[in-house]
Amino acid sequence: MTDLLSRRSASSTQRVSRWTPSSAVGTSAGAVLIVALAALPYLINLATIYAMIDLFVLLILASTWNLLAGFGGMVSVGQQAYIGLGAYSLVTLADLLGVNVFLAIPIAAIVSALVAIPVSYLAFRLVGGYFAVGTWVIAEVFRLVTIQIPQVGGGAGVSISAMSGFPRDLRIAVGYWVALVCVVVVVGSCVLLVRSRFGLALTALRDDPTAAATSGVNVDASKRLVYLISAAGAGVAGTLIAISTLRVQPSGVYDVQWSAFMIFMVVIGGVGTLEGPIIGAVIFWLLKQALAEYGSAYLIGLGILGVLFVLFARRGIWGLVSRRGRVDLFPVGYRLRLPDQTRRKQ
Amino acid sequence: MTPEPLVETRSVGRSFGRLEVLSGFDLKVEAGEVLGIIGPNGAGKSTLLAVLGGAIPPTTGTILLDGVDVTRRPSHWRARHGIATSYQVPRPFLGMSVLENLLVAATFAAGSRGHRAQAAAVDSLQRTNLERFANAEASSLRLLDRKRLEVARALASGPRLLLLDEIAGGLTEQEVPELVELVRSVAASGVTVIWIEHVVHALTAVATRLLCLSYGRVLAEGEPAAVLASPEVRRIYLGLDPEVAAPAGGPDA
Repeated sequence: MTDLLSRRSASSTQRVSRWTPSSAVGTSAGAVLIVALAALPYLINLATIYAMIDLFVLLILASTWNLLAGFGGMVSVGQQAYIGLGAYSLVTLADLLGVNVFLAIPIAAIVSALVAIPVSYLAFRLVGGYFAVGTWVIAEVFRLVTIQIPQVGGGAGVSISAMSGFPRDLRIAVGYWVALVCVVVVVGSCVLLVRSRFGLALTALRDDPTAAATSGVNVDASKRLVYLISAAGAGVAGTLIAISTLRVQPSGVYDVQWSAFMIFMVVIGGVGTLEGPIIGAVIFWLLKQALAEYGSAYLIGLGILGVLFVLFARRGIWGLVSRRGRVDLFPVGYRLRLPDQTRRKQ
Repeated sequence: MTPEPLVETRSVGRSFGRLEVLSGFDLKVEAGEVLGIIGPNGAGKSTLLAVLGGAIPPTTGTILLDGVDVTRRPSHWRARHGIATSYQVPRPFLGMSVLENLLVAATFAAGSRGHRAQAAAVDSLQRTNLERFANAEASSLRLLDRKRLEVARALASGPRLLLLDEIAGGLTEQEVPELVELVRSVAASGVTVIWIEHVVHALTAVATRLLCLSYGRVLAEGEPAAVLASPEVRRIYLGLDPEVAAPAGGPDA
């Protein structure tokens, strides 16, 4: 009897949908938010605008580190290698080679991804904790190599003159819009990536690499591609840091503290989801704004918070939100319209 | 010239440290066969499936698929060339829905796209009676439904060779015939099956050939009733006294 019913329903086409009510609301809200953010420089003071660029950098870092660690299972402590590479690529392209500074951003992202190819063959020889330490060492090598290059200021760093054509207020506003475009492109790409065919492989890989392989997913190739994509993302973050601070120093851009921030944001937000890193970045940014005056005590506070989340809320804030069942703010899933549900609607 | 067997192992061995789980293992499985494998725990049954599926490389020997050496081919390559595995301990993608679990296999193993992949996933849901769980997260399924999902995912990959590892254990007396019927219909559609099972009567209901493994070696092999009647199998696997003759109906009661 049940067999007969299910056979009949099978003949109806188009039974799988990608959208859910929550993802329709979430994606529309996201679109409205982007428009509102674009208008922001006309509405609020420049100091806040400046702080917003910092938020966008954090959003990019959290989202791309999450792709790497949350989906790819590769806990890297060395993504600052690509933050630095992105920042220095921008300086080189814009100031030394005279490339348009806005065009230099995507080129710097591509440079980061290209450099990540040979690095991946080195780093992927290690797994788990060894991979983490190995990536940190690689980032240190990047820093040490940069110090040896006098054309970009060696250990002292270099100032950027490509943005000096703008008056100060406009420069900050332009920096803001550029950062907004970058964050929309990077986070949007993460959403499209997870929604795509490759995202299906990536999500399977996140949950069980062995079963993913026996289901036909090329695990190694998928991991490598994720590594390249997140290197490009970190490179974009580096270019934004360079454009907004107007100065690039090896000790700043190659600081392992970036990795600590990325881990913190993704862990408290919710690892392995698209929504988690966004929430984590916003929370981290708010804490940074509110507690910055307490100096190192604020870092201790962040550390304690991170430990509490790891112990008691391993799936982060987004995990608490969706603990009664998966909630997607982006249309990345697949849902089957069951026969009884369709009937109820008619 | 006889056609090549679908899958063949030539003196395949697998050791874990000093423990030799499989040794000098030769097997030929013709297309369309349903090969049942029985044997005591630790006999090397699951290791054999892992070696065939590519999850574990053999220490020695060669594996051939359609007469071509695939020993060094990774799991995903074998999945794309028609070898599907249903693991003994289910390995669902816990954070994905049941439908999405099947879509992974339909997309990457079977190589289907879009609506064709979705149709294959839905078809596999229906064959395994999992349709009502389609949108449930795999982590919410009970063990038996996870086992069903494991079989469903293997089917969704559109296999030529289906490797099943203890899928009947824990099922009720009503559910076992359903499962047998499922395997029979899969085999009837032209899929070759290698099925490890302790529920012997389920196996004998569909198996065209039975193989009993013990300590990595073949104890007995051949027509199911004959294998179950053989003295070694009765003594080592079934724990029966070989001196007492087997009942006429076989031990599948």
